[in-house]
Amino acid sequence: MASVTLSEAEKVYIVHGVQEDLRVDGRGCEDYRCVEVETDVVSNTSGSARVKLGHTDILVGVKAEMGTPKLEKPNEGYLEFFVDCSASATPEFEGRGGDDLGTEIANTLYRIFNNKSSVDLKTLCISPREHCWVLYVDVLLLECGGNLFDAISIAVKAALFNTRIPRVRVLEDEEGSKDIELSDDPYDCIRLSVENVPCIVTLCKTGKRVGKVLHASLQSVVHKEESLGPKRQKVGFLG
Amino acid sequence: MAMEMRLPVARKPLSERLGRDTKKHLVVPGDTITTDTGFMRGHGTYMGEEKLIASVAGSVERVNKLICVKALKTRYIGEVGDIVVGRITEVQQKRWKVETNSRLDSVLLLSSMNLPGGELRRRSAEDELAMRGFLQEGDLISAEVQAVFSDGAVSLHTRSLKYGKLGQGVLVQVSPSLVKRQKTHFHDLPCGASVILGNNGFIWIYPTPEHKEEEAGGFIANLEVISRLRNCIISLVTQRMMLYDTSILYCYEASLPHQIKDILKPEIMEEIVMETRQRLLEQEG
Repeated sequence: MASVTLSEAEKVYIVHGVQEDLRVDGRGCEDYRCVEVETDVVSNTSGSARVKLGHTDILVGVKAEMGTPKLEKPNEGYLEFFVDCSASATPEFEGRGGDDLGTEIANTLYRIFNNKSSVDLKTLCISPREHCWVLYVDVLLLECGGNLFDAISIAVKAALFNTRIPRVRVLEDEEGSKDIELSDDPYDCIRLSVENVPCIVTLCKTGKRVGKVLHASLQSVVHKEESLGPKRQKVGFLG
Repeated sequence: MAMEMRLPVARKPLSERLGRDTKKHLVVPGDTITTDTGFMRGHGTYMGEEKLIASVAGSVERVNKLICVKALKTRYIGEVGDIVVGRITEVQQKRWKVETNSRLDSVLLLSSMNLPGGELRRRSAEDELAMRGFLQEGDLISAEVQAVFSDGAVSLHTRSLKYGKLGQGVLVQVSPSLVKRQKTHFHDLPCGASVILGNNGFIWIYPTPEHKEEEAGGFIANLEVISRLRNCIISLVTQRMMLYDTSILYCYEASLPHQIKDILKPEIMEEIVMETRQRLLEQEG
Protein backbone atom coordinates (compact mmCIF):
# COMPACT_ATOMS: atom_id res chain seq x y z
CA MET A 1 0.00 0.00 0.00
CA ALA A 2 1.12 3.55 -0.57
CA SER A 3 3.39 5.08 1.99
CA VAL A 4 4.16 8.71 2.52
CA THR A 5 7.39 10.15 3.91
CA LEU A 6 7.01 11.93 7.19
CA SER A 7 9.33 14.07 9.20
CA GLU A 8 10.46 12.74 12.56
CA ALA A 9 8.59 15.49 14.39
CA GLU A 10 5.32 14.55 12.69
CA LYS A 11 5.81 10.93 13.67
CA VAL A 12 6.41 11.91 17.28
CA TYR A 13 3.28 14.03 17.19
CA ILE A 14 1.15 11.18 15.86
CA VAL A 15 2.51 8.69 18.37
CA HIS A 16 1.90 11.10 21.26
CA GLY A 17 -1.63 11.63 20.09
CA VAL A 18 -2.30 7.93 19.78
CA GLN A 19 -1.08 7.40 23.33
CA GLU A 20 -3.65 9.95 24.47
CA ASP A 21 -6.35 8.20 22.42
CA LEU A 22 -6.63 11.16 20.09
CA ARG A 23 -5.77 10.76 16.46
CA VAL A 24 -5.04 13.58 14.07
CA ASP A 25 -8.63 13.88 12.92
CA GLY A 26 -10.10 13.75 16.43
CA ARG A 27 -11.05 10.09 16.42
CA GLY A 28 -10.24 7.75 19.26
CA CYS A 29 -8.03 4.76 18.66
CA GLU A 30 -11.00 2.48 18.16
CA ASP A 31 -13.19 4.68 16.03
CA TYR A 32 -13.94 4.02 12.42
CA ARG A 33 -14.50 6.59 9.76
CA CYS A 34 -18.02 6.99 8.45
CA VAL A 35 -19.04 4.14 6.13
CA GLU A 36 -21.47 4.40 3.23
CA VAL A 37 -22.93 1.13 1.97
CA GLU A 38 -25.04 0.76 -1.13
CA THR A 39 -26.30 -2.51 -2.60
CA ASP A 40 -27.67 -3.50 -5.99
CA VAL A 41 -25.54 -1.04 -7.93
CA VAL A 42 -24.52 -3.21 -10.89
CA SER A 43 -27.51 -4.42 -12.86
CA ASN A 44 -26.08 -7.41 -14.70
CA THR A 45 -24.79 -9.22 -11.63
CA SER A 46 -26.55 -11.51 -9.23
CA GLY A 47 -25.61 -9.23 -6.38
CA SER A 48 -23.41 -6.19 -5.87
CA ALA A 49 -22.41 -3.66 -3.28
CA ARG A 50 -20.40 -0.49 -3.07
CA VAL A 51 -18.71 0.62 0.13
CA LYS A 52 -17.10 3.97 0.82
CA LEU A 53 -14.93 4.23 3.91
CA GLY A 54 -13.51 7.73 3.93
CA HIS A 55 -11.57 7.93 0.67
CA THR A 56 -11.59 4.14 0.10
CA ASP A 57 -14.08 3.08 -2.54
CA ILE A 58 -14.77 -0.62 -3.14
CA LEU A 59 -17.16 -2.17 -5.66
CA VAL A 60 -18.04 -5.86 -5.39
CA GLY A 61 -20.03 -7.86 -7.91
CA VAL A 62 -21.23 -11.43 -7.41
CA LYS A 63 -22.16 -13.64 -10.34
CA ALA A 64 -23.78 -17.02 -9.82
CA GLU A 65 -22.96 -19.65 -12.42
CA MET A 66 -23.47 -23.34 -12.61
CA GLY A 67 -20.54 -25.64 -12.25
CA THR A 68 -19.47 -29.01 -10.94
CA PRO A 69 -18.79 -29.42 -7.24
CA LYS A 70 -15.26 -30.02 -6.01
CA LEU A 71 -14.28 -33.66 -5.61
CA GLU A 72 -13.63 -33.47 -1.88
CA LYS A 73 -16.90 -31.65 -1.18
CA PRO A 74 -19.55 -33.12 -3.49
CA ASN A 75 -22.54 -31.64 -1.66
CA GLU A 76 -21.43 -28.06 -1.63
CA GLY A 77 -21.04 -25.16 -3.98
CA TYR A 78 -18.07 -22.82 -3.63
CA LEU A 79 -16.94 -19.23 -3.95
CA GLU A 80 -14.22 -17.85 -6.18
CA PHE A 81 -12.64 -14.51 -5.36
CA PHE A 82 -10.85 -12.13 -7.64
CA VAL A 83 -9.53 -8.77 -6.52
CA ASP A 84 -8.63 -6.14 -9.07
CA CYS A 85 -6.57 -3.21 -7.84
CA SER A 86 -7.22 -0.79 -10.66
CA ALA A 87 -4.60 1.74 -11.62
CA SER A 88 -7.05 4.55 -10.97
CA ALA A 89 -7.03 3.72 -7.27
CA THR A 90 -3.55 5.00 -6.61
CA PRO A 91 -0.49 5.58 -8.83
CA GLU A 92 1.37 2.66 -7.24
CA PHE A 93 -1.05 0.25 -8.92
CA GLU A 94 0.01 1.25 -12.39
CA GLY A 95 0.82 -1.67 -14.67
CA ARG A 96 1.33 -4.79 -12.60
CA GLY A 97 1.86 -2.92 -9.35
CA GLY A 98 -1.51 -3.85 -7.94
CA ASP A 99 -1.25 -7.59 -8.61
CA ASP A 100 0.59 -8.49 -5.41
CA LEU A 101 -1.88 -6.67 -3.23
CA GLY A 102 -4.76 -8.18 -5.18
CA THR A 103 -3.55 -11.74 -4.65
CA GLU A 104 -2.91 -11.05 -0.97
CA ILE A 105 -6.44 -9.78 -0.46
CA ALA A 106 -7.92 -12.64 -2.48
CA ASN A 107 -6.02 -15.20 -0.43
CA THR A 108 -7.27 -13.59 2.77
CA LEU A 109 -10.82 -13.81 1.50
CA TYR A 110 -10.35 -17.48 0.61
CA ARG A 111 -9.06 -18.13 4.13
CA ILE A 112 -12.04 -16.43 5.70
CA PHE A 113 -14.60 -18.31 3.67
CA ASN A 114 -12.84 -21.62 3.96
CA ASN A 115 -14.58 -22.74 7.12
CA LYS A 116 -18.03 -24.22 7.47
CA SER A 117 -19.54 -21.45 9.53
CA SER A 118 -19.13 -18.40 7.27
CA VAL A 119 -21.52 -19.30 4.48
CA ASP A 120 -23.67 -22.39 4.30
CA LEU A 121 -22.31 -23.83 1.06
CA LYS A 122 -24.81 -26.69 1.07
CA THR A 123 -27.52 -24.28 -0.06
CA LEU A 124 -25.48 -23.83 -3.23
CA CYS A 125 -25.73 -27.47 -4.18
CA ILE A 126 -28.18 -28.41 -6.92
CA SER A 127 -27.50 -32.12 -7.31
CA PRO A 128 -24.63 -33.79 -5.47
CA ARG A 129 -21.52 -34.58 -7.51
CA GLU A 130 -23.06 -33.12 -10.66
CA HIS A 131 -24.27 -29.55 -10.40
CA CYS A 132 -23.76 -26.76 -7.97
CA TRP A 133 -23.74 -22.99 -7.89
CA VAL A 134 -20.39 -21.28 -8.10
CA LEU A 135 -20.35 -17.69 -6.87
CA TYR A 136 -17.71 -15.60 -8.57
CA VAL A 137 -17.01 -12.64 -6.32
CA ASP A 138 -15.16 -9.82 -8.08
CA VAL A 139 -13.77 -7.02 -5.99
CA LEU A 140 -12.78 -3.80 -7.68
CA LEU A 141 -10.74 -1.16 -5.90
CA LEU A 142 -11.88 2.17 -7.22
CA GLU A 143 -9.98 4.35 -4.82
CA CYS A 144 -7.44 3.46 -2.19
CA GLY A 145 -7.75 5.55 0.96
CA GLY A 146 -6.39 3.11 3.50
CA ASN A 147 -7.93 0.22 5.45
CA LEU A 148 -8.67 -1.91 2.41
CA PHE A 149 -9.26 -5.21 4.21
CA ASP A 150 -12.04 -3.91 6.41
CA ALA A 151 -13.84 -2.15 3.61
CA ILE A 152 -13.53 -5.17 1.31
CA SER A 153 -14.91 -7.54 3.94
CA ILE A 154 -17.89 -5.26 4.51
CA ALA A 155 -18.47 -4.95 0.77
CA VAL A 156 -18.27 -8.71 0.21
CA LYS A 157 -20.73 -9.30 3.03
CA ALA A 158 -23.15 -6.73 1.62
CA ALA A 159 -22.83 -8.12 -1.91
CA LEU A 160 -23.46 -11.68 -0.75
CA PHE A 161 -26.49 -10.42 1.15
CA ASN A 162 -27.74 -8.83 -2.04
CA THR A 163 -27.12 -11.93 -4.17
CA ARG A 164 -30.15 -13.51 -5.71
CA ILE A 165 -29.61 -17.06 -7.01
CA PRO A 166 -32.34 -18.33 -9.33
CA ARG A 167 -34.29 -21.24 -8.00
CA VAL A 168 -33.77 -24.39 -10.10
CA ARG A 169 -35.38 -27.78 -10.12
CA VAL A 170 -33.81 -30.97 -11.26
CA LEU A 171 -36.13 -33.12 -13.34
CA GLU A 172 -35.39 -36.77 -13.93
CA ASP A 173 -36.32 -38.35 -17.23
CA GLU A 174 -37.27 -42.02 -17.59
CA GLU A 175 -33.90 -42.70 -19.19
CA GLY A 176 -32.23 -41.27 -16.15
CA SER A 177 -30.86 -38.08 -17.75
CA LYS A 178 -31.31 -35.04 -15.64
CA ASP A 179 -32.69 -31.75 -16.83
CA ILE A 180 -32.35 -28.50 -15.01
CA GLU A 181 -35.34 -26.24 -15.10
CA LEU A 182 -35.18 -22.60 -14.27
CA SER A 183 -38.29 -21.13 -12.74
CA ASP A 184 -40.12 -18.65 -14.96
CA ASP A 185 -40.58 -16.01 -12.32
CA PRO A 186 -37.43 -13.82 -12.30
CA TYR A 187 -38.03 -12.90 -8.68
CA ASP A 188 -38.16 -16.48 -7.51
CA CYS A 189 -34.72 -16.90 -6.04
CA ILE A 190 -32.82 -18.09 -3.05
CA ARG A 191 -30.89 -15.72 -0.84
CA LEU A 192 -27.81 -16.52 1.17
CA SER A 193 -27.71 -16.11 4.88
CA VAL A 194 -24.77 -13.83 5.62
CA GLU A 195 -25.21 -13.58 9.37
CA ASN A 196 -22.04 -15.49 10.05
CA VAL A 197 -19.91 -13.94 7.35
CA PRO A 198 -16.89 -12.47 9.12
CA CYS A 199 -15.84 -8.85 9.02
CA ILE A 200 -12.17 -8.00 9.10
CA VAL A 201 -10.95 -5.58 11.75
CA THR A 202 -7.43 -4.40 11.13
CA LEU A 203 -5.31 -3.47 14.11
CA CYS A 204 -2.05 -1.68 14.17
CA LYS A 205 0.50 -1.29 16.90
CA THR A 206 1.83 2.22 17.16
CA GLY A 207 4.18 2.99 19.96
CA LYS A 208 2.82 1.14 22.96
CA ARG A 209 -0.80 1.18 21.97
CA VAL A 210 -2.81 -1.28 19.93
CA GLY A 211 -5.84 0.14 18.29
CA LYS A 212 -7.50 0.52 14.98
CA VAL A 213 -5.00 3.14 14.08
CA LEU A 214 -5.36 2.48 10.39
CA HIS A 215 -8.58 4.42 10.12
CA ALA A 216 -8.15 8.08 9.46
CA SER A 217 -9.95 10.53 7.31
CA LEU A 218 -7.21 11.61 5.03
CA GLN A 219 -5.28 9.24 2.87
CA SER A 220 -1.97 10.78 3.81
CA VAL A 221 -2.69 10.54 7.50
CA VAL A 222 -3.72 6.92 7.08
CA HIS A 223 -0.57 6.20 5.25
CA LYS A 224 1.34 8.12 7.86
CA GLU A 225 -0.04 5.87 10.56
CA GLU A 226 0.41 2.75 8.48
CA SER A 227 4.01 3.62 7.80
CA LEU A 228 4.60 3.96 11.55
CA GLY A 229 3.26 0.61 12.69
CA PRO A 230 5.74 -2.24 12.51
CA LYS A 231 3.21 -5.05 12.25
CA ARG A 232 -0.29 -5.45 10.98
CA GLN A 233 -2.39 -8.23 12.38
CA LYS A 234 -5.67 -9.16 10.85
CA VAL A 235 -8.02 -11.17 12.97
CA GLY A 236 -11.28 -12.26 11.40
CA PHE A 237 -14.18 -11.84 13.80
CA LEU A 238 -17.37 -13.76 13.36
CA GLY A 239 -20.62 -11.84 13.36
CA MET B 1 -16.09 0.02 19.27
CA ALA B 2 -19.09 1.47 17.47
CA MET B 3 -19.18 1.75 13.73
CA GLU B 4 -21.47 4.10 11.92
CA MET B 5 -22.89 2.93 8.62
CA ARG B 6 -25.12 4.97 6.44
CA LEU B 7 -26.71 4.87 3.03
CA PRO B 8 -25.25 7.23 0.45
CA VAL B 9 -27.20 10.44 0.13
CA ALA B 10 -27.26 12.61 -2.97
CA ARG B 11 -25.22 15.68 -2.20
CA LYS B 12 -27.31 18.82 -2.15
CA PRO B 13 -26.06 21.54 -4.47
CA LEU B 14 -24.44 24.41 -2.61
CA SER B 15 -27.16 26.83 -1.70
CA GLU B 16 -27.02 30.09 -3.54
CA ARG B 17 -24.60 32.52 -1.98
CA LEU B 18 -26.52 34.57 0.47
CA GLY B 19 -26.76 38.02 -1.01
CA ARG B 20 -23.74 38.08 -3.26
CA ASP B 21 -23.69 41.02 -5.66
CA THR B 22 -20.91 40.03 -8.01
CA LYS B 23 -21.43 36.50 -9.24
CA LYS B 24 -18.30 34.84 -10.50
CA HIS B 25 -18.27 34.12 -14.19
CA LEU B 26 -17.40 30.44 -14.29
CA VAL B 27 -16.43 28.76 -17.54
CA VAL B 28 -15.44 25.30 -18.69
CA PRO B 29 -13.07 24.48 -21.57
CA GLY B 30 -14.79 25.34 -24.83
CA ASP B 31 -17.10 28.00 -23.40
CA THR B 32 -17.26 31.30 -25.20
CA ILE B 33 -16.13 34.11 -22.95
CA THR B 34 -16.95 36.99 -25.23
CA THR B 35 -17.44 37.73 -28.89
CA ASP B 36 -15.95 41.20 -28.55
CA THR B 37 -12.62 41.16 -30.37
CA GLY B 38 -11.27 44.25 -28.64
CA PHE B 39 -9.87 42.30 -25.69
CA MET B 40 -6.36 41.00 -25.26
CA ARG B 41 -6.03 37.26 -24.66
CA GLY B 42 -4.57 36.22 -21.32
CA HIS B 43 -3.77 32.83 -19.82
CA GLY B 44 -6.40 30.15 -20.16
CA THR B 45 -7.98 31.54 -23.33
CA TYR B 46 -7.56 31.18 -27.05
CA MET B 47 -9.05 32.78 -30.11
CA GLY B 48 -11.25 30.61 -32.30
CA GLU B 49 -13.81 31.60 -34.91
CA GLU B 50 -13.59 35.27 -33.97
CA LYS B 51 -14.55 34.67 -30.38
CA LEU B 52 -12.60 34.23 -27.20
CA ILE B 53 -12.86 30.68 -25.88
CA ALA B 54 -11.76 29.33 -22.52
CA SER B 55 -9.23 26.51 -22.42
CA VAL B 56 -9.38 25.74 -18.68
CA ALA B 57 -12.17 25.41 -16.16
CA GLY B 58 -12.23 28.37 -13.84
CA SER B 59 -13.36 31.92 -13.28
CA VAL B 60 -12.94 34.75 -15.76
CA GLU B 61 -10.87 37.71 -14.61
CA ARG B 62 -10.81 40.96 -16.42
CA VAL B 63 -8.28 43.72 -15.97
CA ASN B 64 -9.05 46.63 -18.31
CA LYS B 65 -8.55 45.06 -21.71
CA LEU B 66 -6.97 41.81 -20.62
CA ILE B 67 -9.15 38.75 -20.14
CA CYS B 68 -7.77 35.63 -18.54
CA VAL B 69 -9.24 32.54 -16.98
CA LYS B 70 -7.94 31.53 -13.59
CA ALA B 71 -8.16 27.76 -13.23
CA LEU B 72 -9.84 26.38 -10.11
CA LYS B 73 -8.03 23.06 -9.92
CA THR B 74 -4.41 23.59 -10.68
CA ARG B 75 -0.98 22.86 -9.35
CA TYR B 76 0.83 25.60 -7.51
CA ILE B 77 2.31 28.23 -9.80
CA GLY B 78 5.10 30.03 -8.00
CA GLU B 79 5.36 33.78 -7.72
CA VAL B 80 8.16 35.71 -6.09
CA GLY B 81 7.40 36.52 -2.48
CA ASP B 82 4.97 33.66 -1.82
CA ILE B 83 5.22 31.71 1.39
CA VAL B 84 5.26 27.97 0.84
CA VAL B 85 5.40 24.89 3.01
CA GLY B 86 7.26 22.05 1.38
CA ARG B 87 8.60 18.58 2.01
CA ILE B 88 12.19 17.64 1.22
CA THR B 89 12.30 14.86 -1.35
CA GLU B 90 15.99 14.73 -2.28
CA VAL B 91 19.31 15.89 -0.93
CA GLN B 92 21.60 16.80 -3.82
CA GLN B 93 25.08 18.26 -4.07
CA LYS B 94 24.53 21.87 -3.14
CA ARG B 95 20.78 21.97 -2.85
CA TRP B 96 17.64 20.26 -1.67
CA LYS B 97 14.69 19.31 -3.82
CA VAL B 98 11.42 20.31 -2.20
CA GLU B 99 7.97 19.06 -3.08
CA THR B 100 5.51 21.94 -3.17
CA ASN B 101 2.61 20.59 -5.22
CA SER B 102 3.84 22.33 -8.36
CA ARG B 103 4.67 20.94 -11.79
CA LEU B 104 8.37 20.67 -11.02
CA ASP B 105 10.11 20.09 -7.74
CA SER B 106 11.19 23.32 -6.11
CA VAL B 107 14.81 23.96 -5.29
CA LEU B 108 16.34 25.16 -2.02
CA LEU B 109 19.96 26.08 -2.54
CA LEU B 110 22.40 25.58 0.27
CA SER B 111 23.39 29.22 -0.06
CA SER B 112 19.77 30.27 0.48
CA MET B 113 19.59 28.54 3.81
CA ASN B 114 20.38 30.13 7.14
CA LEU B 115 23.30 28.43 8.84
CA PRO B 116 22.91 27.70 12.52
CA GLY B 117 24.71 30.37 14.46
CA GLY B 118 23.52 32.91 11.96
CA GLU B 119 26.92 33.64 10.48
CA LEU B 120 27.16 34.84 6.90
CA ARG B 121 29.99 33.10 5.10
CA ARG B 122 30.73 31.15 1.97
CA ARG B 123 29.43 27.65 2.13
CA SER B 124 32.36 25.26 2.30
CA ALA B 125 32.79 21.60 1.52
CA GLU B 126 32.09 20.71 5.15
CA ASP B 127 28.74 22.47 4.88
CA GLU B 128 27.92 20.37 1.84
CA LEU B 129 28.71 17.16 3.68
CA ALA B 130 26.65 18.29 6.65
CA MET B 131 23.59 19.05 4.56
CA ARG B 132 21.78 15.99 5.72
CA GLY B 133 22.23 17.13 9.28
CA PHE B 134 20.15 20.23 8.57
CA LEU B 135 17.40 18.80 6.41
CA GLN B 136 16.66 15.17 5.58
CA GLU B 137 14.24 13.54 3.19
CA GLY B 138 10.76 13.86 4.59
CA ASP B 139 11.36 17.02 6.61
CA LEU B 140 8.92 19.88 6.31
CA ILE B 141 10.07 23.43 5.84
CA SER B 142 8.49 26.83 5.48
CA ALA B 143 10.20 29.06 2.95
CA GLU B 144 9.70 32.01 0.67
CA VAL B 145 9.92 32.00 -3.10
CA GLN B 146 13.09 33.78 -4.19
CA ALA B 147 12.90 33.36 -7.95
CA VAL B 148 11.07 31.45 -10.63
CA PHE B 149 13.15 29.76 -13.32
CA SER B 150 12.15 29.91 -16.96
CA ASP B 151 10.79 26.38 -16.94
CA GLY B 152 8.50 27.20 -14.03
CA ALA B 153 10.60 25.65 -11.27
CA VAL B 154 10.65 27.66 -8.11
CA SER B 155 13.72 28.59 -6.09
CA LEU B 156 13.16 28.95 -2.36
CA HIS B 157 15.03 30.64 0.46
CA THR B 158 14.80 30.48 4.24
CA ARG B 159 16.82 33.60 4.94
CA SER B 160 14.77 34.74 7.88
CA LEU B 161 14.24 33.43 11.36
CA LYS B 162 10.57 32.83 10.77
CA TYR B 163 11.29 30.27 8.04
CA GLY B 164 13.02 26.97 8.43
CA LYS B 165 12.38 23.42 9.52
CA LEU B 166 8.97 22.73 11.02
CA GLY B 167 8.53 20.78 14.21
CA GLN B 168 5.55 18.92 15.63
CA GLY B 169 2.20 19.52 14.05
CA VAL B 170 -0.20 18.47 11.33
CA LEU B 171 -0.04 19.08 7.58
CA VAL B 172 -3.21 19.53 5.54
CA GLN B 173 -3.02 19.55 1.75
CA VAL B 174 -5.60 21.60 -0.11
CA SER B 175 -5.93 23.11 -3.55
CA PRO B 176 -3.71 26.20 -3.99
CA SER B 177 -6.59 28.24 -5.38
CA LEU B 178 -8.37 28.15 -2.04
CA VAL B 179 -5.67 29.95 -0.07
CA LYS B 180 -6.38 33.65 -0.02
CA ARG B 181 -3.48 35.99 -0.74
CA GLN B 182 -2.86 38.11 2.32
CA LYS B 183 -0.21 40.31 3.90
CA THR B 184 0.91 37.61 6.28
CA HIS B 185 0.49 33.88 6.18
CA PHE B 186 1.68 33.08 9.68
CA HIS B 187 -1.24 33.32 12.06
CA ASP B 188 -1.41 32.75 15.80
CA LEU B 189 -4.99 31.84 16.49
CA PRO B 190 -6.43 32.71 19.91
CA CYS B 191 -7.51 29.11 20.48
CA GLY B 192 -3.95 28.05 21.26
CA ALA B 193 -2.63 26.84 17.93
CA SER B 194 -0.80 28.56 15.12
CA VAL B 195 -1.23 28.04 11.45
CA ILE B 196 0.92 28.65 8.37
CA LEU B 197 -1.17 29.02 5.21
CA GLY B 198 1.22 28.13 2.41
CA ASN B 199 0.33 29.61 -0.97
CA ASN B 200 0.95 26.21 -2.49
CA GLY B 201 -1.94 24.70 -0.58
CA PHE B 202 0.08 23.06 2.20
CA ILE B 203 -1.28 24.22 5.53
CA TRP B 204 0.72 23.58 8.66
CA ILE B 205 -1.02 23.58 12.05
CA TYR B 206 1.15 23.51 15.14
CA PRO B 207 0.92 24.39 18.82
CA THR B 208 1.78 28.01 19.54
CA PRO B 209 5.35 28.13 20.88
CA GLU B 210 4.61 29.87 24.21
CA HIS B 211 2.15 27.15 25.09
CA LYS B 212 4.82 24.52 24.68
CA GLU B 213 6.24 25.43 28.08
CA GLU B 214 3.14 24.24 29.92
CA GLU B 215 3.50 20.68 28.64
CA ALA B 216 1.58 18.87 31.34
CA GLY B 217 -2.04 19.84 30.99
CA GLY B 218 -1.67 21.91 27.89
CA PHE B 219 -0.47 19.13 25.65
CA ILE B 220 -3.72 17.20 25.38
CA ALA B 221 -5.73 20.38 25.02
CA ASN B 222 -3.35 21.39 22.24
CA LEU B 223 -3.86 18.08 20.45
CA GLU B 224 -7.60 18.60 20.53
CA VAL B 225 -7.37 22.17 19.29
CA ILE B 226 -5.13 21.10 16.43
CA SER B 227 -7.37 18.17 15.45
CA ARG B 228 -10.41 20.43 15.55
CA LEU B 229 -8.69 23.05 13.39
CA ARG B 230 -7.66 20.37 10.92
CA ASN B 231 -11.20 19.09 10.59
CA CYS B 232 -12.52 22.64 10.22
CA ILE B 233 -10.07 23.37 7.41
CA ILE B 234 -11.09 20.18 5.64
CA SER B 235 -14.76 21.04 5.93
CA LEU B 236 -14.13 24.54 4.55
CA VAL B 237 -12.21 23.02 1.64
CA THR B 238 -14.95 20.48 0.92
CA GLN B 239 -17.43 23.34 0.66
CA ARG B 240 -14.98 25.33 -1.51
CA MET B 241 -14.57 28.29 0.79
CA MET B 242 -11.51 30.51 0.73
CA LEU B 243 -9.07 29.88 3.56
CA TYR B 244 -7.77 32.75 5.62
CA ASP B 245 -7.36 33.36 9.32
CA THR B 246 -10.83 34.83 9.89
CA SER B 247 -12.70 32.08 8.05
CA ILE B 248 -10.75 29.38 9.88
CA LEU B 249 -11.35 31.03 13.22
CA TYR B 250 -15.09 31.47 12.64
CA CYS B 251 -15.35 27.89 11.51
CA TYR B 252 -13.51 26.76 14.63
CA GLU B 253 -15.88 28.69 16.85
CA ALA B 254 -18.91 27.34 15.00
CA SER B 255 -17.67 23.80 15.48
CA LEU B 256 -17.18 24.04 19.26
CA PRO B 257 -20.58 22.56 20.21
CA HIS B 258 -19.82 19.41 18.21
CA GLN B 259 -17.38 16.64 18.94
CA ILE B 260 -14.17 16.73 16.94
CA LYS B 261 -14.78 13.49 15.09
CA ASP B 262 -18.33 14.53 14.18
CA ILE B 263 -17.19 17.58 12.24
CA LEU B 264 -16.44 15.50 9.16
CA LYS B 265 -19.93 14.05 8.94
CA PRO B 266 -21.63 15.60 5.89
CA GLU B 267 -24.63 17.13 7.65
CA ILE B 268 -22.61 18.66 10.47
CA MET B 269 -20.02 19.92 8.01
CA GLU B 270 -22.70 21.75 6.05
CA GLU B 271 -24.17 23.27 9.16
CA ILE B 272 -20.84 24.57 10.40
CA VAL B 273 -19.84 26.03 7.05
CA MET B 274 -23.22 27.73 6.62
CA GLU B 275 -22.79 29.40 9.97
CA THR B 276 -19.26 30.46 9.06
CA ARG B 277 -20.42 31.88 5.75
CA GLN B 278 -23.14 33.86 7.44
CA ARG B 279 -20.81 35.32 10.02
CA LEU B 280 -18.34 36.31 7.31
CA LEU B 281 -21.07 38.05 5.33
CA GLU B 282 -22.26 39.90 8.40
CA GLN B 283 -18.74 41.01 9.05
CA GLU B 284 -18.31 42.30 5.51
CA GLY B 285 -21.60 44.08 5.15
